[in-house]
Amino acid sequence: MATRQRSAQGAKNARPSLTLRLRGWLFNHSQALTFSVAKLAQTPIASAMTCLVIAIALALPATFSVLLGNAQTLSDGWDVDASVTLYLHAEVDDADGAALARELNGSDGVADTRFIGRDEALATFRKFSGFGDVLDALDDNPLPASIVLQLQPEHSARAQLQQMAEEMAARKEVETAQVDLEWIQRLNAIIELMGRGVLVVGALLALAVLLIIGNTIRLDIHNRRDEIVVIKLIGATDAFVRRPFLYGGLVYGFVGGVLSAMLVAAALLFVSAPAEQLADLYGSGAQLAKINWATVVALVVSSTLLGLIGSWLSVGRHIREVEPK
Amino acid sequence: MIQFDNVTKRYPGTGDALSHVSFTIPNGAFGFLTGHSGAGKSTLLKLIAAIEFSTRGQVLIKGQNLSKIRRGKIPFIRRQMGIVFQNHQLLFDRNVYDNVALPMVISGFHRSDIARRVRAALDKVGLLHKEKANPISLSGGEQQRVGIARAVVNRPALVLADEPTGNLDPELSAEIMQLFAQFNQVGVTILIASHDIALIDEMRAPVLTLHDGRVIDNGFEHDLEDTDLGD
Repeated sequence: MATRQRSAQGAKNARPSLTLRLRGWLFNHSQALTFSVAKLAQTPIASAMTCLVIAIALALPATFSVLLGNAQTLSDGWDVDASVTLYLHAEVDDADGAALARELNGSDGVADTRFIGRDEALATFRKFSGFGDVLDALDDNPLPASIVLQLQPEHSARAQLQQMAEEMAARKEVETAQVDLEWIQRLNAIIELMGRGVLVVGALLALAVLLIIGNTIRLDIHNRRDEIVVIKLIGATDAFVRRPFLYGGLVYGFVGGVLSAMLVAAALLFVSAPAEQLADLYGSGAQLAKINWATVVALVVSSTLLGLIGSWLSVGRHIREVEPK
Repeated sequence: MIQFDNVTKRYPGTGDALSHVSFTIPNGAFGFLTGHSGAGKSTLLKLIAAIEFSTRGQVLIKGQNLSKIRRGKIPFIRRQMGIVFQNHQLLFDRNVYDNVALPMVISGFHRSDIARRVRAALDKVGLLHKEKANPISLSGGEQQRVGIARAVVNRPALVLADEPTGNLDPELSAEIMQLFAQFNQVGVTILIASHDIALIDEMRAPVLTLHDGRVIDNGFEHDLEDTDLGD
């Protein structure tokens, strides 16, 4: 093809074959990408600032949603084994308490029971409460023995739990019966509320990212007005003119996404020690506050998409305006 | 190649920049467009390059009616022509090679084809040794030659030049004209807008003269008999 054109008259207009054009198309795209990256690298501080702003804007909701996700897993775990805790009168000794626990184990709707003796309660309290010194000041162990009734899932509805608690409270050994579901339900409601909050904040910040990228690209178009006019004059299509700007937005979004994943990982590393202790406190073996690959991928992909959409919106509006005069 | 059929171009508020202009420039011609400043030379070139569109009448380039062209087709019209600007319109953020390569990159040619053709074009204008230089470091004459290399690299059928020697001394101007003449010899139609009467006389080529937006002398008509009309 090229040889034929070379030997042909100059007046012959050049139009490459389909395969050549496909190769050229790929080449154009890779070149536009390289060109965009090179352009960003030419103004490293400004580009880094833009990427960092994007990263921070996305890291905020991402961190909270990971934390909330953890809290959710934790509370979901508790949700299924709804329980009633029976606090026994101080006169009931450990042997009687354990016997009662065994007895209740066979009763209707109860999946399992666990007796917690007074000494065990004291040891646990001492370990986790931080009030060990206060206990030392007391002559007696102030803590009651307790029995935790794990209910079968089909008996875990709120009303049934309440009924169970009332029945148990009527027993002479039992001082109080407490439904342990209530605070979990409250916690779940709070998590749900916070989840919505994170969603709203996340949506607002995603919008902010769109605007940041859109505005950055708009300025970029403005700065390269003359260049756009020249390449339009020598036959560039709108698509060709758009391409480097779209890749610019894509690169901003991608780098911003990677940076935000790093920020989220760092933030979670920072809270991981207290979070694990918290999980320990609630007897959960769950690994908490770790960023997983799915989150990283979701973050980077959504950030890249936001970059592309932001620049697309900006490019669509502003490139048509730049015409040779 | 270029056919104007009773073309009027009116800018809002300023009246007619061109009125009732009709002429035909045959395939493979070499000619000038001249007239006082404000006579409509630039407007006429803009109509050919699909930068502006006629208010009335038809502009046909290789048989295509530019008045009826869709916006999306304009780039492909422009790829059939090479345009040389008075201020050469080079991009200073890239080197000479990349400037000349631009029309081929836009048309989607592959790297290896581009390299060969860009070097050939640069060789033709005598600037092969400057391919790595930034155009800003070149002299006015050299920059104009880079502009010409960019205009011809895609082997267009038509080259338009708007005052290509406007900023150059007579000796450099003559060199540039010789370059255009060489391209014309291999079949490229060339139309040069210029007000440099001495230079035009020297080239002994047909001249289209505009005055206040009207054609007052059409040199192409005189040699229509012995030239191929083209399409």
